[in-house]
This record gives sequence, C-alpha cells and structure tokens, in this order.
Amino acid sequence: MMLNPRHEEGFFYLLAAIGGLVSAVGIGAALYMEHSGHVVTGMNNQIVWGLPHVVAIFLIVAASGVLNVASMGSVFGRKLYKPRAPLSGLLALAMISGGLAVIMLDLGRADRIIVAATHFNPTSVFGWNVILYPVFYGVVAVYLWTMMERRMHPWMKVAGFATFIWRIVLTTGTGSIFAFLVARQAYGTALLAPMFIIMSFCWGLAVFLVVQSTMYAWNGLTLPPLVLQRMKNLLATFVAAVLYFTIVLHLVNAYFAKNIAFEYFILFDSEFAGMFWIGQILIGTLLPLALLFNPATAAKSLWVNVAALLVIVGAYFQLYVFIIGGQAFPLDMFPGYDVKSTFMDGMVDHYSASLPELLLALGGIGIAFTMTTIGVRILHFLPQDDFAEIEAATSATD
Amino acid sequence: MTAPQEPGSNPRRAFIAAAGAGVAGLGFTAIAPGLHLMAVGQADAAEVRKAGSAASPAVRWGLLIDAGKCAPGCTKCVDACHTENGVSEKLPDPRQNSQWIRKIELVDRRDGRKTELPMMCQHCANPPCVDVCPTGASMKRADGIVLVDRHTCIGCRYCMMACPYKARSLVHVPLTEQNPEVPRGQGCVESCTLCVHRVDRGQTPACVESCPEGAMLFGDLNDPSSAIAKRIASVPTTQVRSDLRLNQGVRYQGL
Repeated sequence: MMLNPRHEEGFFYLLAAIGGLVSAVGIGAALYMEHSGHVVTGMNNQIVWGLPHVVAIFLIVAASGVLNVASMGSVFGRKLYKPRAPLSGLLALAMISGGLAVIMLDLGRADRIIVAATHFNPTSVFGWNVILYPVFYGVVAVYLWTMMERRMHPWMKVAGFATFIWRIVLTTGTGSIFAFLVARQAYGTALLAPMFIIMSFCWGLAVFLVVQSTMYAWNGLTLPPLVLQRMKNLLATFVAAVLYFTIVLHLVNAYFAKNIAFEYFILFDSEFAGMFWIGQILIGTLLPLALLFNPATAAKSLWVNVAALLVIVGAYFQLYVFIIGGQAFPLDMFPGYDVKSTFMDGMVDHYSASLPELLLALGGIGIAFTMTTIGVRILHFLPQDDFAEIEAATSATD
Repeated sequence: MTAPQEPGSNPRRAFIAAAGAGVAGLGFTAIAPGLHLMAVGQADAAEVRKAGSAASPAVRWGLLIDAGKCAPGCTKCVDACHTENGVSEKLPDPRQNSQWIRKIELVDRRDGRKTELPMMCQHCANPPCVDVCPTGASMKRADGIVLVDRHTCIGCRYCMMACPYKARSLVHVPLTEQNPEVPRGQGCVESCTLCVHRVDRGQTPACVESCPEGAMLFGDLNDPSSAIAKRIASVPTTQVRSDLRLNQGVRYQGL
C-alpha cells in the first residue's frame, strides 16, 4: 500500500529526524568519553576494543560488501543487478561513513585525527587503512558519477571494475587488522583476509535486501519474484560460504595444541559459546538458510527479508564473539604454568558495554541510516527494472 | 618457553666470538661468584647522554631478571616504577589502571613449584607494537628502548592488541600532578620506558635500583664485557614467548 504523498513526506522527515537524533546522541556520547576519558566505558587495558568496534567493523565490512551488488552488474555483466548499482554505491558510502565515524570518535585522542592523516607508518595495517578508506570514498563517488551522468556512461565499466578491485583490497585490509596480530590465539591467521571478504559479501547483500525491500514497500511496490529469487539464492550461497570459513577456521585452530584451550573456551566454556552457537550459528546461519531454501518461505519477500535481518543479527554476534571473546581469553605467556597477577593474567576477563559506548555505536548506525534515508529520497535510487531485457538475458545465460 | 640456544653458546666459541664480535648473548662463561647483581647493575649504568645528541645504535639496553631471587609478595619494583613515573591513579575498575610493571605469580603445573617475576614491556628488537602503530608513535629508539611518542599517539590501542605481554595501558582518565620528566596524557597509550630519563642521565631504571634482592640486572646487551651480557652467556635465560622471535631486551633466568 502506497503512502499518501503528504503522509509520505512527513514520514520521511520523521525518519530523517530520528536518524539525525541518534547520530547526534552518538556524537554527544563521544564528546562525553573524550571529556571524561575511557574510564566511562566498559573497555579496559585487557579488553581494549569493545562494542563500538564491533559495530564499526560490521558497518565497514558490510559497506564494502554491499558494493558487490554493483559489481555483479558492472563487472560480471548481470543485468538484473545493474539498476541496483546506484543504491549499492550509496549504501556503501553511508555505511562506511557510520563505521569510520565510530572508529574515529572512539580514539583515545579523537582530536588528533589529523595526526593519523599526516603521519604514516607503512608497516601498520591501520596505516594502510588510512589510505584505503579515503580512496574507497573516491572510487565509489566516481563510480556513482559515471552511473548518474549520461556523458560518463562509457567509463562506468572501468569505474565499476576499479571499485570492485578496491573493495576487495579494502576488506583484505580490514581482515588483516586481525590477521597481523601475533599476540592472541583468536587472531593471527591469513584466513581472516578472505574470510572477511566473504563475510562482507554476505552482510552487505543482507543489508541491501532489507533496504531495497523497504524502498519498494515505501513506494507501494513488491520486489519482482525473479529479482527476489536471484538475490535470495545469492544470499544463501554467501551465508553457506561464511559457515564454511567459520568451520575451517575453528577446525584448524582446534588442531593446534597451543590453541586448544582457546577453542574450548570460545566454543564451549564461556559466555561467548552461547553467542556463537545460538547467535552466530543458529540465528545468523541455520535459520536464514532454512528460510532461504524452504520453498514455502523462499518465494515470499517477507521471509527473505526476515532471513536477511537474521543474517545481520548473526553478524553482530559473530563479530562480538570474535572481537570481545578473542580479547577476553588470557594471553598465553607461560605455557605449563598457572598464572595470576594484579592485571588479570591467567584469568578470563568480562566486558559489558557502558551506556556512552552503546550510544556511540548506535550513533554510527544512525549516521548510516540518515545518509541512506536522505540519499534515496534526493537521488531517486529505486531500482528500475527492465524485465523483458532481464528475462532475455537470463534465458540466454541459463 | 625456553629460548632456543643462541649461536655461539658453546663456552669456548662464545669466548672467542665475544672478544671480537660484541653481539648480544655472547660473552664470558662466568661471573664472579657472590657478586651482587644490583651493584653490578649500577656499576653498569649508562653513560650520560648529552642533551641534543642521538641515542647510540651501538648500545642495546636490556634487563636480566632472576626469577629465583624475586621475593614472593614483594612489590618494591612496582612501587618504585609507579612513583618514579607518576603512575598514581587508582580507578574503581583496576583493569583500567595503568600497569607499567606488574608482578606475576607462576605455579608449575607439573610439580607445583612457585615462582614470581616482574613483567613489563620487553623492549623487543622486533616489536609488534611498533609495526602496527598507524602514526609511528610507537617507536624503538636506536638503543633498543621501545617508547610511545605522546604527541602522535592517537589512542587507537592497536599496539595493545598486538603486544604479547599485555605491557601497554591506555590512560583512562585526565591526569594531574605528573612527573615533569615523564609526560603522560589521557587517551594515550603508555608502557615501561626502561626509565629512559634516568638511563640518559647515566642511572639505572627505578625498578632495578629498588629491588632488595638484586634480582634485576640492567645493562648493555651489545657490550660483551657488560655484566648483563656476561651473565646471559653464562646462565640459561629465557625470552618469554620466544616462539614469536621478537628478540626481547628483557630476559629471565630461573624459570
């Protein structure tokens, strides 16, 4: 059912206002943290990255993944995805903005962000990211320009290809933040770079599906069955691929004698075990797969969207277990010894986010939401499908 | 956990090599029996570094900690460090306090043997904290001391994620009444500086000076005639997490 135009406009302003308010509260929380110090957070010198990082990394990873929709059209020539490329670009910019805002505002010295731009350490993955992220903005902006400006259309494929390459590099950089950490059992494996890429495909597509469906519903439209079927199949493939990487990661880790205690901790004997099995595996993986493969639910837009939302919820569980759980387990400095100290050596740490850091994290989502809401309103990015062309192309490729 | 034997650990070969090469870990096979380690440490203290002159890459400052001598329950090194460096904040959540140095109690699971030792920044030759720092604020001085430039640290805590020793702390609160020689600041990461301000004056670190048992020996690992190099050449020593091959400046014996 399409909204009455007057109500529709009011509803848009309401949504934009809510998004703006959440963003403003998040920034306010960051200012409070900046003024008081990180003492007002649940983070400490053992668990140094907390909820803000979980949310920020979700947004950054999903931001690059959502661009996959555009790449499917421009790089791999899938006609069904081409009309979706502009929305995919907009979502990428919105989410990376939200994620980066949270990361930057959580810094102990957020006022020194200019230092990060003017001092570069080439051996630091964070340092690489200082280059990767601004260039990401640039290539996506140019890509959007080639899509929106008719005279630039000839450059669209080149821009799309450059964007695809860059987003792969960017997510490799995000995964490598953890892959390059030798200190802790949870990290320090090259598998994390490709795993983050497949996670980005999955989470980005889930976000795209939810936003796309919302836009269709807003305009009184229903997602065409062909589009729904294609995209839900792709989502199911990505969910299964993330599961595959998860299994391999834990299987290999569990084989290494030095990591057995950690694997037992994270999978069976901690507060994170429930989040892993129920949050990541059941809610974020098995239920969505069931919904996406069961013929009774897979053909219905509602259930596909529920599956996509569950994937997003599961993603937060996955990152929480990975980031917080990985830090909660004690550093194994003295194998063969029981260890204790005034600084939690040998002990599992516990973390609970405080209100300011929760608000900061939500602020990042608010920024992404607000940018998306205003962007789709101003730029008219509702996908315009030419079904005769798609069906012809589909039957040709099938 | 025991460090792999370093090349030249054969006593005779070590003697010959140390005489010519001056490489850390090589040296004489014996130390004068009964010599007090603390006294040696002080005698081994640094040359005064003139203001404006660069630290010398010919030197590699290090510590040798004898866990066998570290007295149970004694925290004099911790107290001395925190007094010297003005680390005085006591937060409701102790995990948010800065810990430049801490005492660790170890119980051997095989025989129940108890050991205590101080743990601090290990001043690695290949420090992960320096590798990961996006701004280069984490740095290794030419003489091997790993430091944080408080002017360029942005408080991202990536170095804390990377440190295998949990040796780094974020300053969680605004600070007052600092030691002018040891600038600290809210939102910056910090760790043991090996009392670089004292070392540059020709003194030993505060922890070394305070240890009543003489369990800590400070000196130049690169100088084969230094007490620390001789000691490392003559007794089995350990680098914590030697599997990472970080070549720490802090070594332990008696583990």
